[in-house]
Amino acid sequence: MPARGLGRHAFMSIVKAAVAVFCLVLLGLFLVLLVGSWPSLRHFGLRFLWTSRWDPVANVFGGLPFIYGTVVSSLIALLLAAWVGILSALFLAEFAPRQLSGLLGILIELLAAVPSVVFGLWGLFVLAPVVQNVIGPALQAVFGFLPFFQGVIYGVNMLTASLILTLMIVPTVMSISRDLVAGVPGRYREATLALGSTRWEAVRYVVLPMVKPGVFGACMLALGRALGETIATTMVIGNRPSISASLFAPGYTIASAIANEFTEATSNLYISALIELGLLLLVISILINAAGRLFLARISREGGPA
Amino acid sequence: MSGAALSFANRRKFSNYAWVGLSASLSVGIAAILLLIVLYVVISGIGAVNWAFLTQVPHPVGVPGGGVGNGILGSTIIIGIATLFALPVGLLTGIYLTLFAPRPLADVLRFAADVLASVPSIAIGLFAYEVLVAPFHHFSALSASFAFSVLMMPLIIRTTESAIRLVPIDMREAAVALGATELQTLFRCILVAARPGIMTGLILAVARVTGETAPLLFTAFGSQFWVVNPNQPMAELSLQIFTYAISPYKIWHDQAWGGALLLILAVLALSLTARLLFRGKTTASL
Repeated sequence: MPARGLGRHAFMSIVKAAVAVFCLVLLGLFLVLLVGSWPSLRHFGLRFLWTSRWDPVANVFGGLPFIYGTVVSSLIALLLAAWVGILSALFLAEFAPRQLSGLLGILIELLAAVPSVVFGLWGLFVLAPVVQNVIGPALQAVFGFLPFFQGVIYGVNMLTASLILTLMIVPTVMSISRDLVAGVPGRYREATLALGSTRWEAVRYVVLPMVKPGVFGACMLALGRALGETIATTMVIGNRPSISASLFAPGYTIASAIANEFTEATSNLYISALIELGLLLLVISILINAAGRLFLARISREGGPA
Repeated sequence: MSGAALSFANRRKFSNYAWVGLSASLSVGIAAILLLIVLYVVISGIGAVNWAFLTQVPHPVGVPGGGVGNGILGSTIIIGIATLFALPVGLLTGIYLTLFAPRPLADVLRFAADVLASVPSIAIGLFAYEVLVAPFHHFSALSASFAFSVLMMPLIIRTTESAIRLVPIDMREAAVALGATELQTLFRCILVAARPGIMTGLILAVARVTGETAPLLFTAFGSQFWVVNPNQPMAELSLQIFTYAISPYKIWHDQAWGGALLLILAVLALSLTARLLFRGKTTASL
């Protein structure tokens, strides 16, 4: 009997050590980034967030171009991915024959498994020329009067980055939304159809509103993924720290700036400024993801749409 | 009157077909893009892949041939060490939070795992740099393994939890009723039943870091040579693809496609294996 108790005691000590390591890693992550960015935080203060001069030679760092590029590329991607993701979720859950739905679902979810460096490679050599020669001129011909579609069309630009990000986050929106829609009990559709609605009307005005918070949460999770994406964006956004209204101009994101410049940063302040960018990205990502999970939890706590 | 009613009905019917058609073409379109990317990678990469490509180190620019052998070895070493570290921590934390932790602590740990899962990999790379590169003044494969293990932990924790929760409570009660101690119940009953789910989580975690590049830039850093010492800068497959892709040389672009082919095959194989292992059970939480 004492031997058994001893075994349990030893096992629980090991388990608690593992839990402690996990907690230490998480706390260490915040602490280390905070300490690392301290010189920059102290030196630039809040100015860091809204000044756009990024000049390693003069040791002056303002992060606005990166913040702008991150936010704009991710929001465009979210806008596109929300449409594509929700509509395809509706098709897979409501309209498609079961086997087609399963096959398409697997293919779209596998898209999420494609490594970002492969997305970047494909974006750089396949999508970028298409954007430069086909999509760009077409958009310019139709919407050329808008400032977003003016100026020289580069291949690697904000638009290409947004399109690649769209592909990377569609699976997130699609698979969560599909599971939510599929979870709505059949009787709601039947009641609506019995009142004389079309199938689309039943889905659009009855089923989709029931899972709206969850779908919104899925979009937040997708946005979080787009904000933090590094390698694919770095390869196709052009990496120029300037703010331009045109989507055809190169941009820069927080993550790409860190990826490109961190190993070349020489002064302590430069390194610290890059770490502050990383800390900023970390905080934003966690907040967005937490908000997304909150919306999703609301749906599941209510036991699905009752 | 009836004409107007009819046209209204027609309009609703038309809008029904239009929206269903649009949703169908979008989902087929997105699925087709996956096939297109895979196909493109296969066609562009197959020419570069041969025995030398798999077994040689990179040649300098201008010297034909060379390969990504050291990158494949490096990926294996880096991910192997990461797994050795992440698996026990993740597995035991998952077990603790599901079976032993008091309620509020379990919620805190679950929340912590979700927070860690949402941290961008580049930020985790910075963390690994500050902890394991900067103090020692040199890049190392170990620091890359550390970054990868931090990426893997939350995945392993959450899949361990859901795998254990899927084990029917009756099975646990039966084990206890037969006189099994708490640990015997855990090791001979719960973990045995939960093994496929835990394996799935582990495979997904390995797949996730196999496709990951960002944290390697300032941890493993890359190398042109065969390196097996984890305390040295080391080549890694996805990092090599990145370096080759953004270089200005055609000959390196071809090698990048070859590497991408290997990488995409590895990751898709891992994902499909995980899917088959866990078929029918929900993976929505992943």
